[in-house]
Amino acid sequence: MTVVVRTVARIITPMILAFGGYVIMHGHLTPGGGFQGGAVVASAIALLLVVFGARRLAGYKNLLSLLEDLGAIAFVALAFLGIGYTFFRNVLAGSGGLFGMPVPSGPNPGFLDTGGTLPLMNWAVGLKVIAGLGSVVLLLGLFGGGDDR
Amino acid sequence: MTIGMHAPILAIAVPLLGAFALPVLAKVHRSLRDLWAIAVGAFTCAMVITVAVQAFTSGIQVYTLGAASPTDTIASGGFPIRIMLVVDGMSAFMGLISALVGLASLIYAFHFLKEEQGKTLAMTLFFLLWAGMLGMEYTGDMFNFFVFLEVTSIAACALVGYRTWESRPAEAAFKTMAMYTVGGLLVLLAIGILYGEHGALNLAYLSSRIAGSQLDKIALGLLLGGLLMKAGAVPAHMWAPDAYGEAPAQAAIVLVANTQASLYGLWRVLFTLFAGALSAPAVGWLVTSLGVLTLLVAVLMAVIQTDLGRLIAYGAVSQIGYMLLGVGVGLTVLSSRPDFGLVAMQGGIFHMMNDAATIGLLFLAAGVVKRAVGTRDLRALGGLGHDLKWTGGFFFLGAMALAGIPPLNGFASKLLIYESSFRLSPILTAIAVLGSILLLAVFARAFQGAFLGPRLREAKPASLSMLIAMGVLAAVILAMGLVPDFFVEHLVTPAAEALWRGRDLYLAAVLGG
Amino acid sequence: MIGNFPFVVCMILIALGLWALLFRRNLIKLAIGITLIESGVNLFLVTLGYVRAGVAPIYTYAPPGAKMVLPTPQALTLTSIVIGLATTALMLAFAVVIYRHRGTLDARKIRELKG
Repeated sequence: MTVVVRTVARIITPMILAFGGYVIMHGHLTPGGGFQGGAVVASAIALLLVVFGARRLAGYKNLLSLLEDLGAIAFVALAFLGIGYTFFRNVLAGSGGLFGMPVPSGPNPGFLDTGGTLPLMNWAVGLKVIAGLGSVVLLLGLFGGGDDR
Repeated sequence: MTIGMHAPILAIAVPLLGAFALPVLAKVHRSLRDLWAIAVGAFTCAMVITVAVQAFTSGIQVYTLGAASPTDTIASGGFPIRIMLVVDGMSAFMGLISALVGLASLIYAFHFLKEEQGKTLAMTLFFLLWAGMLGMEYTGDMFNFFVFLEVTSIAACALVGYRTWESRPAEAAFKTMAMYTVGGLLVLLAIGILYGEHGALNLAYLSSRIAGSQLDKIALGLLLGGLLMKAGAVPAHMWAPDAYGEAPAQAAIVLVANTQASLYGLWRVLFTLFAGALSAPAVGWLVTSLGVLTLLVAVLMAVIQTDLGRLIAYGAVSQIGYMLLGVGVGLTVLSSRPDFGLVAMQGGIFHMMNDAATIGLLFLAAGVVKRAVGTRDLRALGGLGHDLKWTGGFFFLGAMALAGIPPLNGFASKLLIYESSFRLSPILTAIAVLGSILLLAVFARAFQGAFLGPRLREAKPASLSMLIAMGVLAAVILAMGLVPDFFVEHLVTPAAEALWRGRDLYLAAVLGG
Repeated sequence: MIGNFPFVVCMILIALGLWALLFRRNLIKLAIGITLIESGVNLFLVTLGYVRAGVAPIYTYAPPGAKMVLPTPQALTLTSIVIGLATTALMLAFAVVIYRHRGTLDARKIRELKG
């Protein structure tokens, strides 16, 4: 790819990552959440793939696979947190701890501290989607180099 | 707050966690992965048995996800809004089938799969498929059912085609994925229509509100179409021989159980969701005639097969026809509820368990044959009985059970189906018996061609774990054949009653609490 | 009558997808047909949640006393999109494998499994 494309890609990629992180992080306040933000970040990976070629990114396969599993394990582990009541119970909401501020009723600017286990699950799902979609795009770019699992 | 109260969700969540953690542990050390697989498998089976015991003795068990206590079904608005698991007799029975098949597949896979051929991948996909099947069987929410349906579709197709060094599995997996996805989308369309009309996704709440309007009938048609596609009934059976034939042996038996889970979804829709609106016997006759057609077409196609795996696959498709016939007869007479309808449903539901064990045993034996000589082509096989003595015995047992020879389990369930379908229409019984006879002929030829005769070449005998897995299934076949009354009274009748008369109990357990 | 127009569009999309699935031979075009059916079903799910004069169902932004559009179909559609993504990725992966082995993507020439 030409110099213009490579330079613009280098400048734009942090912006895409920041926007993706914002969408993941504010999933419990505005439209968005784990999958949507993860897909945005994966599109940044796709951009890097197209601009710089798949060979240069081929070394990240194992890291992406590990992150994918960690994200999924984190999601199920967070769901197990509420097992004292029922599975998937939001034990952190309104309790005053991490992400535990009670939600004020009526229109308000939206406080990041609310939501309980929801933002944590958003992060877990976001990590899994980033790693998962990134792996899919990377492997399809390497033409099916995924035979050796 | 005992573990027994959480058993339904643990039976689904623990295999899911097992599937996610397996690749990480495999990277650390291989034996760690094997230990983890055994632990997760044993815990899941224990949870499924706990759920079954509770459902058969104490009645319907409800588990609301995310509420303050598991039985907190009604929210503040006056109707259920959370996703809940509802386990009645039929769900517990299907859970037992999934647990049995999963256990056999896991034990078999320990020695059958080779490290360099993707063992970690196959085990991960297996646990995902197992979790999805148990989720489909225990859920009480329509959209949750769709999500687990798609999870099993994806895991099943990946299991069919993960051996990418050959081209045939990939082709089979592509075709299977296309048909599964279209079936799943039809189901989603129907769920959307039902939600738009009644405003709820909870099975019990929808069941109390469905009254048989035009939109409900459209939704019923779409659900029938989608779930029959996934179950492999004629005319949507073309994916089944490809998928079962090209999947590795330990995955083929779980695919059979997956198909039965889709069939369970069909029964749940017909008997619990739409029972209040299904007064005409038209749907029952549709299911019955599709069952008879599937039976006949599959057996006729099995006669000309030369590949052992595809032959057994067509046998599996034909047995789905028996299940459709049995429960279809019960559905046809649902409005008047004569006794033979309950007998027909007992036959069809008992046949689900028998078929899982029998076809499972046959697929596992075919896997041993493939591992022993490298081919499954009947024209090239011969005289394997000299080296594979145990495997040949298991194949013979499975073939006899499939054809319905007493005193094996196939005879018990088929006799129930013959008796009751005769009361509805003798033609059905005639075609069913004809199918059985043809199937016996087909499998006798296969057994004679593969195992009997002079020894043609060296064959590697089966390893210990493969024999143990086949032995477990053979023990189930013999037990259910020698004392069928015990199993029918304690396992099958609660399941059949739950569908036949149990809709009011189901609604009361969710909405009355 | 004019309010039914979105549903008609959804059905046209589903019909187009089914037509592509039945009458096209290239494997990638079959995958695109399935994607079209999925898009039609997702559009149907979002459309049936519409409430006349409703606002976006964001709890912290809605003015008091406003009617919100139904949020549950939006959650259903999100789940369906994710499932569709996984399905499409798997189908395309198998198409790549078939191409590497057989050198063609024509569904009529890949007929190894017959009968």
